[in-house]
Amino acid sequence: DIISTVEFNHSGELLATGDKGGRVVIFQQEQENKIQSHSRGEYNVYSTFQSHEPEFDYLKSLEIEEKINKIRWLPQKNAAQFLLSTNDKTIKLWKISERDKRPEGYNLKEEDGRYRDPTTVTTLRVPVFRPMDLMVEASPRRIFANAHTYHINSISINSDYETYLSADDLRINLWHLEITDRSFNIVDIKPANMEELTEVITAAEFHPNSCNTFVYSSSKGTIRLCDMRASALCDRHSKLFEEPEDPSNRSFFSEIISSISDVKFSHSGQYMMTRDYLSVKIWDLNMENRPVETYQVHEYLRSKLCSLYENDCIFDKFECCWNGSDSVVMTGSYNNFFRMFDRNTKRDITLEASRENNKPRTVLKPRKVCASGKRKKDEISVDSLDFNKKILHTAWHPKENIIAVATTNNLYIFQDKVN
Amino acid sequence: MFARGLKRKCADGEDSPPAPPAGSLQRQSLLDMSLVKLQLCHMLAEPNLCRSVLIANTVRQLQEEMSQDSTWQVPAPASAGRGPLERLVSTEILCRTPWEQQGGHSAADSGASPAPDLLSEPPGALSAQAPRSAPGCAWEAASPRESRGGFQRSLDQIFETLDSKAPRAAEGLFADVDGPYYDLDAVLTGMVGAKSVPGDGFETLASAGAPPPGVSYKRDLGELDHVVEILVET
Repeated sequence: DIISTVEFNHSGELLATGDKGGRVVIFQQEQENKIQSHSRGEYNVYSTFQSHEPEFDYLKSLEIEEKINKIRWLPQKNAAQFLLSTNDKTIKLWKISERDKRPEGYNLKEEDGRYRDPTTVTTLRVPVFRPMDLMVEASPRRIFANAHTYHINSISINSDYETYLSADDLRINLWHLEITDRSFNIVDIKPANMEELTEVITAAEFHPNSCNTFVYSSSKGTIRLCDMRASALCDRHSKLFEEPEDPSNRSFFSEIISSISDVKFSHSGQYMMTRDYLSVKIWDLNMENRPVETYQVHEYLRSKLCSLYENDCIFDKFECCWNGSDSVVMTGSYNNFFRMFDRNTKRDITLEASRENNKPRTVLKPRKVCASGKRKKDEISVDSLDFNKKILHTAWHPKENIIAVATTNNLYIFQDKVN
Repeated sequence: MFARGLKRKCADGEDSPPAPPAGSLQRQSLLDMSLVKLQLCHMLAEPNLCRSVLIANTVRQLQEEMSQDSTWQVPAPASAGRGPLERLVSTEILCRTPWEQQGGHSAADSGASPAPDLLSEPPGALSAQAPRSAPGCAWEAASPRESRGGFQRSLDQIFETLDSKAPRAAEGLFADVDGPYYDLDAVLTGMVGAKSVPGDGFETLASAGAPPPGVSYKRDLGELDHVVEILVET
């Protein structure tokens, strides 16, 4: 099915994917083979479960899609793993636990569960736990529903590990993980008259260290940082991040391509990264008037914006991610290409996630798109890019150089060469 | 992957300096495309709000620029289902229809092929009125790619006039394409005779079969607001 979200857990041992059919598939990294230390463990399927089902809103006579929009892991507190998964309207807390023993030797029951004939019971015995094949069970522990009129685009767990936020097009709500029957509205940008609506919320995230701070991005290319200590309703931002428009690049599509599709804090909490249609920008939280770094993802598309508007590709929402040390950022593009930008060396690379070009264990070859003029050997011209093959979702292992890249239907896991 | 003609037009539109005539052609086709998208959005049970808002903002921006363009009063046509290529065909129709309608001529449905041949004449006739039009030879090429530049300017003048017509009249225009060619001469002669100043000539043409441009402009803006209102309230 079509993959709609990808997320590593906090240790990197587990990788969760959500798809359009409402399923969650979790992969687990094999424990490293000490003898064969030349490669890290591979990821194998660990658990699969149906997180969301299609629903019908009887009041509005609308179907609610079961597509998983986001998955966020909770930090591990005990043997079980917890994650939040959300579709357009409902967030669910799932507990994933392992079972590798089971009780055997019941006094009153047969092994298959049938009750024994009481007259045959002549001794007393206590069941004993015996090993069994590993079974991974997923069970829904909390269901957070009916708090969003519009489509949920983001969820983010607070650094207090007790609360989390959920954001839709016009509102952001704050929840407590234990409480499902109420949530607090902390941002509301719905105008009194919907005809005056010109801007929507596109993404939101809590600061990784400050439990009172969160940001949300908009379709007009702005990011607002809010402090929950300032007031209950954070409609007035503490900081507004916006880069003035470049007048030489102005076109009718300027607003659309400035719309931010993803915002991610760095692990350090000092920076945040935003993704708009053509670029990735790194912002220092202390500087609001412009980003400190800007990386062009596919500038060769700037002259094709009209066609991309026509075929709707201009509305594609690409995500972005940091590596564990915040030194490299990654994002996807078209033709199953994805791009990495090294912030220190300022070098960038384009790679392709496709079966034909990559056998397992071969090194990925860098790709290059030829914008205009003579096409060199091995380059791809802009006109032969496949705009149906888009990489919207990527994730980076929090500690190692392992990345997960989702094409439309497939998940690719790459790692750097280990000698 | 891309509609070839459309891609080139837009690419060139972006590259060329912001001269009103070339820009307004691009603006018009963008506006049409945007309105179609909004209508499609509206048909969906639950439209993607972000996408709808972005398209609506683009439409507003286009219309603002068009209304600021003082030479051409361009309303947004409510029937926005046609692409730029179809607009080229309808240029020829424009010249004939007001008189056709008055004369009560009926014709078969439109076909694209006769149009290019006929189109050599209207721009030539119109160029007598407007200072900035190109000679009719650009039309003979019968391909939008090969005839940008000056051709576009005269095209714009024709489009503006066409746009000022009510949508229903526009639909009826297509039916008249295959009418007898001699009518075209009569029409053009009549049209040339009717004009006094370049600008006025178009307005005369416009008002021949439709309400004045200003009124339909406002009405179409109102329709747009209505569409936006419906889709954002879902």
